[in-house]
Amino acid sequence: MKRRANGGRVDRSKPINFTFEGKPYQGFQGDTIASALLANGVKLIGRSWKYHRPRGVVGDGAEEPNAIFQVEQGALTIPNVRGTQAQIYHGMIVNSTNAWPNVNFDVMSVFGLFSRFLPAGFYYKTFMWPQKFWMAYEHIIRQASGLGESPKELDPDHYEKTNAHCDVLVVGSGPSGLMAALAAGRSGARVMIADEQEELGGRLLSSRAIINGKPAADWADDVIAELGRIANVTIIPRATVFGYHDANFLTIAERLTDHLAPRERRGARERVWRVRAKQVVLATGAHERPIVFANNDRPGVMLASAASTYTNRYGVKLADKAIVFTNNDSAYQTAIDLKNAGASVVTLVDSRAEAGIPVDDVKAAGVIVVTACAVVNVIGKAAVIAAEIRNISGDGKSISGALQRIDCDLVATSGGWNPAIHLFSQSGGKAVWNDDKACFETGAVVQQQTSVGAANASFALDDCLTEGAAAGSAAAKAAGFDAPDFSVRVPTSDAPGETSLEPLWRVPTDGFPGLGPKAFVDPQNDVGVSDIYLAAREGFESIEHVKRYTALGFGTDQGKMGNISGMAILSEALGNKISDTGTTTFRPNYTPVTFGAIAGPDVGNTLSDPVRKTAMHTWHQENGALFEDVGQWKRPWYFPLERETIHQAVDRECLAVRSSVGIMDASTLGKIEIIGKDAGDFLNIIYTNAWKKLGINCARYGFMLGEDGMVMDDGVTVRLAEDRYFMHTTTGGAATVLSWMELWLQTEWPELEVYLTSVTDHWATAALAGPNSRKVVSAVVEGIDFDKEAFPFMTSREGFIGGVAVRVNRISFSGELCFEVNVNANYGRFVWQQLMLAGEEFNITPYGTEAMHVLRAEKGYVIVGQDTDGSVTPTDLGMSWALSKAKDFLGKRSLARVDTMREDRKQLVGLLTDDPNEVLQEGAQVVNQPSEDTPLPMLGHVTSSYRSACVGRSIALALVKGGHRRMGETVYVTTDDGRFVAAQISPTVFIDPNGEKQHV
Amino acid sequence: MSRYSIFSLARNAMSHHQNWERAWRSPEPKKRYDAIIVGGGGHGLATAYYLAKEHGMRNIAVLEKGWIGGGNTGRNTTIVRSNYLWDEATHLYEKSMKLWEGLSQDLNYNVMFSQRGVYNLGHTLQDMRDIQRRVNANRLNGVDGEVVHAAELQTRIPHLNCSPDSRYPVLGASFQARGGTARHDAVAWGFARGADRYGVDIIQNCEVTGFRRENGKILGVDTSQGYIESPKVGVVTAGSSSVLAEMAGLSLPLESHPLQAFVSEPIKPVLDTVVMSNAVHGYISQSDKGDLVIGAGIDSYTGYGQRGSFSTIEHTMTAIMELFPIFSRVRMNRQWGGIVDTCPDACPIISKTDIKGLYFNCGWGTGGFKATPGSGWVFAHTVAKDQAHELNAAFSLDRFASGALIDEHGAAGVAH
Amino acid sequence: MLLIECPYCGTRDESEFSYGGEAHNARPADPDALTDEQWADYIFYRQNPKGLHRELWNHSSGCRRWFNAIRDTVSYKFQCVYKIEDPRPELAEANTTISAGEKS
Repeated sequence: MKRRANGGRVDRSKPINFTFEGKPYQGFQGDTIASALLANGVKLIGRSWKYHRPRGVVGDGAEEPNAIFQVEQGALTIPNVRGTQAQIYHGMIVNSTNAWPNVNFDVMSVFGLFSRFLPAGFYYKTFMWPQKFWMAYEHIIRQASGLGESPKELDPDHYEKTNAHCDVLVVGSGPSGLMAALAAGRSGARVMIADEQEELGGRLLSSRAIINGKPAADWADDVIAELGRIANVTIIPRATVFGYHDANFLTIAERLTDHLAPRERRGARERVWRVRAKQVVLATGAHERPIVFANNDRPGVMLASAASTYTNRYGVKLADKAIVFTNNDSAYQTAIDLKNAGASVVTLVDSRAEAGIPVDDVKAAGVIVVTACAVVNVIGKAAVIAAEIRNISGDGKSISGALQRIDCDLVATSGGWNPAIHLFSQSGGKAVWNDDKACFETGAVVQQQTSVGAANASFALDDCLTEGAAAGSAAAKAAGFDAPDFSVRVPTSDAPGETSLEPLWRVPTDGFPGLGPKAFVDPQNDVGVSDIYLAAREGFESIEHVKRYTALGFGTDQGKMGNISGMAILSEALGNKISDTGTTTFRPNYTPVTFGAIAGPDVGNTLSDPVRKTAMHTWHQENGALFEDVGQWKRPWYFPLERETIHQAVDRECLAVRSSVGIMDASTLGKIEIIGKDAGDFLNIIYTNAWKKLGINCARYGFMLGEDGMVMDDGVTVRLAEDRYFMHTTTGGAATVLSWMELWLQTEWPELEVYLTSVTDHWATAALAGPNSRKVVSAVVEGIDFDKEAFPFMTSREGFIGGVAVRVNRISFSGELCFEVNVNANYGRFVWQQLMLAGEEFNITPYGTEAMHVLRAEKGYVIVGQDTDGSVTPTDLGMSWALSKAKDFLGKRSLARVDTMREDRKQLVGLLTDDPNEVLQEGAQVVNQPSEDTPLPMLGHVTSSYRSACVGRSIALALVKGGHRRMGETVYVTTDDGRFVAAQISPTVFIDPNGEKQHV
Repeated sequence: MSRYSIFSLARNAMSHHQNWERAWRSPEPKKRYDAIIVGGGGHGLATAYYLAKEHGMRNIAVLEKGWIGGGNTGRNTTIVRSNYLWDEATHLYEKSMKLWEGLSQDLNYNVMFSQRGVYNLGHTLQDMRDIQRRVNANRLNGVDGEVVHAAELQTRIPHLNCSPDSRYPVLGASFQARGGTARHDAVAWGFARGADRYGVDIIQNCEVTGFRRENGKILGVDTSQGYIESPKVGVVTAGSSSVLAEMAGLSLPLESHPLQAFVSEPIKPVLDTVVMSNAVHGYISQSDKGDLVIGAGIDSYTGYGQRGSFSTIEHTMTAIMELFPIFSRVRMNRQWGGIVDTCPDACPIISKTDIKGLYFNCGWGTGGFKATPGSGWVFAHTVAKDQAHELNAAFSLDRFASGALIDEHGAAGVAH
Repeated sequence: MLLIECPYCGTRDESEFSYGGEAHNARPADPDALTDEQWADYIFYRQNPKGLHRELWNHSSGCRRWFNAIRDTVSYKFQCVYKIEDPRPELAEANTTISAGEKS
């Protein structure tokens, strides 16, 4: 065991058993996967992406590139879990990724032997011959790619979302974040504080510093406790602020159950918070960066801060003999930590000529200090066994002197710190290079936001505390709260102040960069110094090009480990200053976020789209209807009797309508009331035909065009009163038509006194069609004289069914005598059932959309969206009678353009196949002559096609080039099985051409 | 310039890759060129390449404001297909498809054109009618296509949710086997290297700030690196086309919108084809690196910010969860946005303008990547001959006045 | 995610609104008097500026009123909103703050 007897925040009284690669291990409550494995002496935890080199834990947080695991199996499995941020639980099953058969013996590590032949971008230069073989090469490449495995089963978990508003959102709960939350919280402002770790406290949890006389972690506990007592402060732990969008909109992914054993999990797995904050305080800290040297990816090479974290926070004894390699002072604390934790030898290798300020403390702790030296290489494969040290020049450009080998089992490195300015960058801010501190820091602020502490490149603990308090007060004040600057007394600590560093990005090599063993900049993607130099040599000079050419920063750590170092090394390769090489832009997400969390409760078979059902829906279900999706509506498609096919059912439904009476649910048609003294004028411009002379209680069919002259919608409108019209739209077009009319009314003709109300859902509509329909309605409707003369075609009347008020429109979409009964939707099912009862003696037959389609096609009535496609004018449909010449209307001018006036446009015609049993396929193409040649000129396509039981043969509608002038001519139509079927162009009306049946 | 091959790779490995040449030079701009292409994205670089290769021009420059391939070329979801609805569009995209099929060899640069097939799903009866219509038209136009019904689809894409209980159940799909994906960056770099080999000057960090013209003819362009003379200027600047047009005193029927996309963390192969759904609004494929690559529709408002709204991402994710619910535990790694120039009929403008010698190639909306080689090929013809090729004659600016629009909203992948 | 001020209801999330494109594209008084080109200019051609843009928004999930806004198409920040009948405010100095994702 590598666990120390005491120290740290793990609870040694609560052992937790888990497995890694099938072997049982034990950790403690409070351990992450990474800390537990390290405490068990497991150093080799994964394999790299390209070369399959053995890898160990490098970091302690979001920057971790190597400790990427597959957790659990089956439906609960999670790919690519970052082991540095995932807490262990009882029975947790952890496996490595990217290794087969196992992490210790990985067959693919053979790639490592050929690494010289696989430099950055090698795949662009080969695998090209022969042309057809790329798919085979690709197959092999694909099998080798990817890290973890996607689940293959449905997710048993669910996800949720919540919207929140706050005055101050504090991101991060290290020293500056805690102080900001405290200062803002005490002012009464609504504060939210989110932190991505298992517990709040940030780096304070792994610090030995004393704040206000208390250990830092204890001080943090006190502050967190106080925050917990302030009612207006919301603490969100295990929550990553992953996106910073416009207008201070931030997204937080809160992990609710992943830290629990599966049987202890309750409720949603994750929750996404969508937050609008008046003010944001970014206290996101900084990421330590490594110094790059040969074989720096060997297990046992770690960031210095991570070494301190595992030592201090998790009580792990990481090393017996350790080397701490640094170019700055912060790692001096790590050397002391390691020595205090019982390492027998700790050697501090400082690349600077002069040792740092804490040198006396370090020496007092028993650490050996060497300066002007650098680790040039490490020895060991599955674990570090020694490091090689040489002298380094003051400018860091050359190494010299003899190689000194030092045995060790840990190399902790620090190349300095990169402020975590990701969210700042996402908010629209630009990163700027700070030459003194050798890091990118925040530039001009774009939104209502402040960066504080290490995120603001203020690395000293006391500065973090001060900035946090000031920012919290200022944010609360800016949000309108009385937050005196002294509302919190800023604590002080014993931590050292900020010290300088000498930039050192990579340890120089003898000869040109890239000679010798690989030195890794982005370990997850196996991007080394040599790859960056190669990219520069080949002319990829923009950092964006280099990233894309080498894959630098495209891993799951998104470049937190290597991007800045990579930029610096590119600058060196190009002989530029870093500030001239460019800046860096961070995009969401800060860390990867579960798909399910982003989709929220909409995972699986729901979408976010509501299902709309008519008032009679349950009746349809009870009577065996199958449904069709039309827009958001579920419409009965057909009502099969036992063992009936769709064709049999539709034939029966159609024949019933033509011979007796059928009933259809027409409730889904859009309904808009148009009211006001100028309603008629308004309709005159919206519709292509004239409306002002329409009599009261009379109905008229209308076309609506876009300004491009193409058919947009159609329907029947009834004039209910002098100033009141009732418009029907297509089912799918209702919302669009309403918005369209509102747009014109409000922006173009606001002087018109017209009011629009969508009443689609207010009404249920049953259409009774067929020669016996009059008998049915006469039997059940009171207060209406259904006599032919008293209630003529295209008029409307009001009456009652069972005491319920109904409006009956005598309009028809089937060519039959038809009455559409409209009723308050609450009575929809009641009225429907009354009509069914009344129709019993006539064998009233419910019919669905399919029969409705056939019936209307028999009459040549078009369906907008099926017989039109946004490129069809009323003239193309043979309906120029609906175009008023006397007035302007929307789209009229477009009908007079060169192309819209062509006589050989595609025009709607009927098609009758030579073989009456051949039913053309909807979507089939029409040609003049069959041919195998391609391209074969096409005349148009079949828009509607049915077997018509009433006509006794197949019928079809088609858009055919110049079709109106080709009546009686033969054309050929494609079939699914590659034939061409002969068909004659005919009028579009196949039944009752004079329209007598609807007038009876 | 040395050719790329397995042998050159091995030879260079022996010298520790010290001797690779630049993929393209970084020249200073000359005072005068025979043709200037404004915009160093895939389309612009392809135009320069084909101007040199097909039309024998050599004194050509590509001017790029930033770094080549950094706009929509490097920000799209890399889908390639040619199964459009109307003849004009189909022929143009099919020309492109044919060029894709030999592009790696032609450029001596592996653009990883992967013909893994593209499925366009249908969720309603009308979707299926439209699919039938498109596939039938494709076949008669000599473009491969197949209608696949739900049961067959389920066997081909096992993880696709074909449940009849879905909000909008999958009823079937069109399938183009020759469709697939390509490596977007490699397309830009391959064309750049190919053009450079013919002597084309690729000039990065060179922003065009104005056009000089006289008597209705173009004379040259003012740039951040000085004035450059040229009798022919082809503008291929995607989302920035309106800005460039305004500089030249022209107006275009375009709107620039944010288009977002995102990728998952890399996972082992789980999806070996491309799946697109117009109805639920999303498309997905898996890259060779293992990332699930996902895109959707544009943000509704105009914008040049290369970013959109989170609600669009949420909507897309919902669609992907509807299609592939097993991915709910996979994580989204990065998201980004591009600026797409949308045209009223969802078809491009590849056209001469009222200014002699000034040409525009724009309006590709969300679908430009797949057209990269074909777009460059026809635009090169247009620039070289001062006349549209028959493949792009229908894509002129005249169509907006005549009304001869080519409405591809239904086939454009995701409606604008 | 934009935050939009409806002149009738106040400031609301973008998801309550729908976009209506360029504002003040008035319908010609006499379409028949226009050439095909002039008519095309009205139906298809837009200014599409990079910078301040006068545009239409509809509070579609709220009061359903259309209104005008001046918005910067790079920073996405609103300069102001104004009712359809209000006089057009002057465009402020273009404030094309480079924002997230925008390359230098």
